[in-house]
Amino acid sequence: MSSSVRSTVFFIGAAGLAVFLLWGLAGLPDFGNFRGDYGLLLNRVGVEQTSATNIVAAVTFDYRGFDTMAEEFILFAAVLGTALLLRAQREEEEEPAEDMAQDRRPPHDSDAVRELCLGLVAPAVLFGLYVVAHGHLSPGGGFQGGVVLATAPLLMYLAGEYAGLRTLSPRTVVELAEGTGAAGYVGVGLVGLAASVSFMKNFLPLGRPGDLLSSGTILVLNFAVGFAVAAGFVLLLTEFLEQTLEVRRRSRA
Amino acid sequence: MNFLPYAVAAYLLVIGLYGIVTSRNLIHMVVCLSVVQSSTYVVLLSIGFRSNATAPIFVDIPVGTRAVDPIVQALTSTDVVIGVTVSALLLALAVQVHKRSRTLDPNSLSSLKG
Repeated sequence: MSSSVRSTVFFIGAAGLAVFLLWGLAGLPDFGNFRGDYGLLLNRVGVEQTSATNIVAAVTFDYRGFDTMAEEFILFAAVLGTALLLRAQREEEEEPAEDMAQDRRPPHDSDAVRELCLGLVAPAVLFGLYVVAHGHLSPGGGFQGGVVLATAPLLMYLAGEYAGLRTLSPRTVVELAEGTGAAGYVGVGLVGLAASVSFMKNFLPLGRPGDLLSSGTILVLNFAVGFAVAAGFVLLLTEFLEQTLEVRRRSRA
Repeated sequence: MNFLPYAVAAYLLVIGLYGIVTSRNLIHMVVCLSVVQSSTYVVLLSIGFRSNATAPIFVDIPVGTRAVDPIVQALTSTDVVIGVTVSALLLALAVQVHKRSRTLDPNSLSSLKG
């Protein structure tokens, strides 16, 4: 299909889409006056029922906990797919990272970038754990904190320490964390099933709203998701870096 | 009725689709797809918005304070995570395409290769 035919087809389709979009948007609730019964109800009873002061976390990990499990497995599947696609193919081989152009002088390392990135590694880990652990109290949670945790190895790489990245996140540990996070989520759901009558039942003591140790399984699930997300992102990061640093087309013998 | 947030969402959707259709580079195409996806964040968050309301986090405000809808916010965070991982998967595909055919231009990828 030539590009002009394609544009014509697109513009006809887009015009139709625009009509339907405007029609649909006109029927949406008035901006600023949404009256969703479920949202109003959860804002009223959520704290009392789950002891989580962050109602968004209560929705994600308690009221809609089953959906979040499916979401976690989408993440798991996407990471798995990326790892499969980026593994060494038949005509490639992996070799240790080294300079490909020996005669080229690499640009001088910036001490400022190096020191700043290395100095930020420990705070990134601490802040990530803080965001994961306080997900049920304040904005944050496993997904957000997991991403913050995954920035620590990235900072290591930016500081020019590719070997350090591999030391900070050894392959087996990362893969174990990814699997344990995903399996832990299902495990918490199954224990809930065994302890009562329903899957994903919040079976732990709820504690007092506002305390760090409160809200029962929401806190545990935040950690499970946090580890799975952090490990998943580190896996993605290392797969893409390996692609440029270690995988080489096998030289034709 | 304030129509602007919904119009922004519709604009993001259509402009992202336009980018995908006219794209000459697979990586550019993945970025366009995330523009399309961001229109869903805008539409979800604007539906749940209530004027003069705060975030649905009752750690230092009493329960019963006017707050925005928590459900669409949870849906949006789900949406963001899925978007990122799908982008990573698509970029991995782009890497493989470039390895096999030495090009990222979708127009040059018309024939199937075994």
